Amino acid sequence: METYQTGQHFISASRFGVLCLQRCSSTRLGCNKWLLDFPVLCIGEEQPKNCFTELQVLKGHFDIVRFLVQIDDFRCASAGDDGLVLVWNVETGERLQELRGHSQQITAITTITCKNEVTLNTSLITASSDRSLSLWDPDTGNRVQTISDLHSSVKCLLVLERLCVWLSGGEELCVWNRDFQLQCQRPNHRITALIELPKNYIAAAMDKKISKISADSSLSVAEIRCLSDHQDQIRALINVNDGLFASGSHMGELILWNATEWNLLAYEHILWEESQDYNQTEIRMGAPKPSEMSIQHLTTNGNLILAAVGSGLYVYSVQTRSVVAYRKVAHDSNVLHTMLLSDCELMSCSEDGSVRMWEIQDLPLPAEPASSGFFGMWSFGRSNKQSGPPSKKVIDIPNIRMLELTGDLIGHSGAVQMFVSFTEKGLVTCSADHLLILWKNGERQSRLRSLALFQKLEERGGL
Amino acid sequence: MIGSPDVVAFAKEDEYGQTSPDPWPLPEEFSVPLYPLADSNPWAKTSYAKFTKDFILISEFSEQVGPQPLLTIPDDPKVCGTFDLNYFSLRIMSVDYQASFVGHPPGTGYPRLSFVEDSRVVLGDSKEGAFAYVHHLTLYDLEARGFVRPFCMAYVAADEKKIMLQFQELSLRFSQASECLKAGNRRAFAKELQRKLRDLEYTHSVLQREEGLQREAGPQSMYSAHAVEKANELANVEKSIFEHRDLLKQISSYHRRPRRDPHAVTCQKCVDECLSECEELLNKYAKIAYPCGYSEKAGKGEDGQGHPRGQGEDDDDDEEEEGVKRKLSYTPQLIKAKSAKCFDKRLKTLQELCDKTFYEATVALLKETERSFRGDLCYLYTRRLDKALQRKQRVTAFLFEEDLSEDDEDELGTLRPFCAVNHAVDNYVLLNPPPIVLTPEPHELDALERPEHLDPASETSVTQESELGLGESHLESSPSDQTLETQESSEETKGSFSSDKSGVGLAEMQQGLVSMKSEAPDPDPDSDLTPDPNHNLERESSSEEMETTAGEDEGETGGHQTPVSLLEVVSELEANREEECEGVSGSELLAPIDTACCMAQEGFLYEASAPEAVPRLCQNSHLQPSQTLVVNQEPQALLPLQDDYTVGSPCSESPVTGLELPSGLLGDAVSRTSAEDGSDCTMSASTGSDQTASPLGYGAVVTLRQRKKAGQGALRFVRQYPFAIQALWCLLSGRTLVVLGADEGRVRRLVAALALFVPAPGKCGERVQAWLSCPFTLTDLQRWKLIGLQRVASPLGSSMLYSLSRYSRYISILDADQTTLRCPPYRGQLLTNIADHRTYIRRGSTYFLHLQSTLCHLAAKAFLFTFTHHLHLPVSATEGPEVVESRRRCFLQEQLGLGEEDSQILLYLSQLITQQYLQPNGSSAAAPSFSFNYTTSILYKI
Repeated sequence: METYQTGQHFISASRFGVLCLQRCSSTRLGCNKWLLDFPVLCIGEEQPKNCFTELQVLKGHFDIVRFLVQIDDFRCASAGDDGLVLVWNVETGERLQELRGHSQQITAITTITCKNEVTLNTSLITASSDRSLSLWDPDTGNRVQTISDLHSSVKCLLVLERLCVWLSGGEELCVWNRDFQLQCQRPNHRITALIELPKNYIAAAMDKKISKISADSSLSVAEIRCLSDHQDQIRALINVNDGLFASGSHMGELILWNATEWNLLAYEHILWEESQDYNQTEIRMGAPKPSEMSIQHLTTNGNLILAAVGSGLYVYSVQTRSVVAYRKVAHDSNVLHTMLLSDCELMSCSEDGSVRMWEIQDLPLPAEPASSGFFGMWSFGRSNKQSGPPSKKVIDIPNIRMLELTGDLIGHSGAVQMFVSFTEKGLVTCSADHLLILWKNGERQSRLRSLALFQKLEERGGL
Repeated sequence: MIGSPDVVAFAKEDEYGQTSPDPWPLPEEFSVPLYPLADSNPWAKTSYAKFTKDFILISEFSEQVGPQPLLTIPDDPKVCGTFDLNYFSLRIMSVDYQASFVGHPPGTGYPRLSFVEDSRVVLGDSKEGAFAYVHHLTLYDLEARGFVRPFCMAYVAADEKKIMLQFQELSLRFSQASECLKAGNRRAFAKELQRKLRDLEYTHSVLQREEGLQREAGPQSMYSAHAVEKANELANVEKSIFEHRDLLKQISSYHRRPRRDPHAVTCQKCVDECLSECEELLNKYAKIAYPCGYSEKAGKGEDGQGHPRGQGEDDDDDEEEEGVKRKLSYTPQLIKAKSAKCFDKRLKTLQELCDKTFYEATVALLKETERSFRGDLCYLYTRRLDKALQRKQRVTAFLFEEDLSEDDEDELGTLRPFCAVNHAVDNYVLLNPPPIVLTPEPHELDALERPEHLDPASETSVTQESELGLGESHLESSPSDQTLETQESSEETKGSFSSDKSGVGLAEMQQGLVSMKSEAPDPDPDSDLTPDPNHNLERESSSEEMETTAGEDEGETGGHQTPVSLLEVVSELEANREEECEGVSGSELLAPIDTACCMAQEGFLYEASAPEAVPRLCQNSHLQPSQTLVVNQEPQALLPLQDDYTVGSPCSESPVTGLELPSGLLGDAVSRTSAEDGSDCTMSASTGSDQTASPLGYGAVVTLRQRKKAGQGALRFVRQYPFAIQALWCLLSGRTLVVLGADEGRVRRLVAALALFVPAPGKCGERVQAWLSCPFTLTDLQRWKLIGLQRVASPLGSSMLYSLSRYSRYISILDADQTTLRCPPYRGQLLTNIADHRTYIRRGSTYFLHLQSTLCHLAAKAFLFTFTHHLHLPVSATEGPEVVESRRRCFLQEQLGLGEEDSQILLYLSQLITQQYLQPNGSSAAAPSFSFNYTTSILYKI
């Protein structure tokens, strides 16, 4: 049984309901005893809105794949703990290049675009734990530049296209030009994230503080200001739009900042405190750990900010400065990466190995307690009949909508670290099981194949 | 009936142009010929042979003891039973095939090797109930009379029709074997010659020295008898050297000699090697014109050598070759001039005559041949039809058919030269048969020594044959190929099928047809060597005549023996012609005709079916009688004849695939394993073990036999499980089926049975995993469409169950222990006829065939669906994907009458076809893609 509450806005599932779910899910497979932590939320096998009906498993890594970057509209690069960077063709699933050079795990990867007279040339910059930085040409697979023997390994990279420089952050902050020449350097930081702000400013997350650093055309870096409103370590830092940026901390604070004025616009502390009231010890041991509230990842599309909080999802509207929708237990385990596909569709991946697709839906009217929408949230395929008393008790909350699971992608056997969407061409996920999976729309693929077939037929002039 | 000969034939008679030809003629190879004689029972066993099964006999006409059998394949005394091999060898070798001219042809100084093409004859002995395809060949032996050793290989069967109708293939196979033997023989012969030459040269040097000594000893004794003798001896040796050198030259020119035999395809590399070897030798011995380097050792041999002559000289004039045949032994030795008595010496065995590797390769080839001709004619014929059909559907054959790629080349018209030493496999030769020349070209004949014209009858029979045999295919047999009919058989047996007689026999059967047929538009009017525009006119009238007179005519024309030397000129001319005709696409037809028959006036004529090239001809053809034995039925079920052979697919079987019992098609009762079958069931000892039930997963090619065996399991499955239809649907629609069970044997058996339904299972069943005892991953699901999974009660088991539940959306689970099936619901109709648990089919093989036909039907639909453009792509630019989608759905539902779930089968098959078409070898750098859909599963129970 679920309860929606006002005030702190959260849904908590009752023990009974959760147990019921578990029973359902296990009966589904004809076995009762073997999984207590079977997915809490399960959409079942019927997913009409899920268009990913074809997949390709891309092998090549030997260790956890942590990063994916899009190179252009059909290529992406993956990097992981094996120090390998692989370039893939998303359309065909071919491995185009294998960039070898780093001896230890990759800690950051980004693309840098050089504008020639004619073409746009995208290169890859990688940073590794072996304290080296490399520039790669993804077309040829060559290591164009490399710097080793840095003082420390780089944690984050930021390319400033306007100034034709790029920054590396870690124990120290360095500014480099395109030819990998060090422009300037500031030691004694512990930068975990870097974003670019208007007017050649940079925001750098350092532990609990955010520093405003100016990186002007003189290519010197100087710390201008420091924001220290966060109570805990800053985990995520993003640009929301031109005037705003947001940060999230380990203890669930989401702060919206004005990028120009450099002041705090909104503070949202996400606390799943209600969950403590319920005795959930059987399922979730003890009180929520801090990690359950930690903001692992933030994304935005300018209007909405999507925060991955523990294993839940939290949608915050920038305009209304309020939470629009959330789901406390969106995954069985920590959410690692999220994405807003549109104003009402989002996607998340988690340590539980699944990728889930969500839709932000208006709550059904209270007059229809067991409407399909709500029902669907807890639908488990055919095993619905066992799910106990239908869920209801929806308390009408203005402004709040609900996140409905529209589909999930199951394929990885380890944590899904990250994903990159190529819109209609598909979705690439990378995981701790050393694999990448390319999810595609089966119908589109079959259409493309048919096209290729008839082209070949024509070329050959017959069978 | 399209295939009915009468109707079409009469329609043809009208005149061409008047009757419009059938716009949709059924290709020849698909039409089912009717049995010609309505009153006779095609299944009647006519033979009362003393042997139980067909075998291959190799015999030799030994110059010492006459015809003698050398070996049989299979090499088992049981095969022949009480059949008298000696007698039969006598019969088949008494065709004095080797009556060729040896020794000096007029005008040449040296003995010549006769380059004899093989001859092919069908002989019969109805008293013995034996019929044989006999392939004569000649091997060279320096010590043999005329340097030649006649051999023959015979395929002996109880069924004359089988021989006659398989003549083409038999001829091909035996030609390969013969070429292989001959290739080895030429090597051995060249080596022998080399040795001999060395000896001769040594002898020569010794004699020269002796003579020199004598001369020095005293001019007064110059003309003593001894000196004369020495001089003669020396001259003799010199002559002998020249002769041998010439022989060497001849043997090395062997390859350059144009072959008249279209089946004589040799491995180019072998030929080149041998050529270069010979040339090397030639160069070597050409240099030492008068060798004089042996003086120092000459004394040694003298005591043994100096005075042995005596009897040799007087023979010199009349027997030139005697010099050649003098006994020799190796390590430069003096040649004893004593001419060997025929019976003193030990003749070389066949193994010695040919190189060992070549001999063994030949035997292997013959074994393979024997295996591939196992079974009764109907069986062979049906199989061929089957293959022809299968080849027609190359695009979809990968889905459900067994792999044809290995054994189809010989039937495709390409012939791989059989190479004993395994030279390049890519060494294919397209068997556009070089024109077989029936008679030398007339003007050439005039120029040579055949002034008179062929008489009309024989000429028409020639043209007739040339047409039937598709244009260019005539075989000229060299005069040395003369074929003798064994005389006694003519009275007591009808079955001595030497050339014409068989032609006559055929002609009798379809007398009318021949004439009508000859009116058929000739696709290749110039096909005859005599480009006589009038020959059409004569044809009809003479065709009847042919049957009565052909024999004599052939005899007459054949009676003229062209000396070998002349013939070689002719054959060179022919060779040119052959080159000209190379481009003409003919069929592999062979009409070996012996025009030159010296004794019994029986040449032989054979027409084989002419597929594809002349569909017009084929409809009413002439060839039909030859196909008439085939009745469209399941042959083995009815035919008790030769049941030892009836199992399996003889062609594709290799000894590797021995995981199974040889299951007789005649029942599932386990087989009478004959000794010859041993190679097919090398592991039959493993009876009853689990492996017997699952041929899969061992990396071996899944053979037809295994599939048939699996048919029984599939039938059992279908009858036993009410949800079989759902399981089949899962497999056919590409949803991975996991067979879960604790008992390995049971799971393996189920998997083996269900593997029949896995589309595109791969050549070795790569898409099937018979037994897996570890948790599977997504990649496994992608790779395998059918998985046998071990159920274990352990932590490992729980992780396995976890993966089962995790990937449950991609799989269906058949629980073998609890007999449940969890899969999406299937309500379609498409599979009801193969998954009817009340089916009346009782036998696995029947069910297998039933299944094959249904699946084939499915594949055809999928093919249609895949290659229909507008079902996949918009017809105009304005159309969106929805329009196409609805059109597709409409096609599937209304035109094919398929429901939602049935459509999924077709979509999946279509996807496979598309992938296969785009990447024929699966050779893509990209990972394979795995399609699925999100549907709910339900649990079926018994």
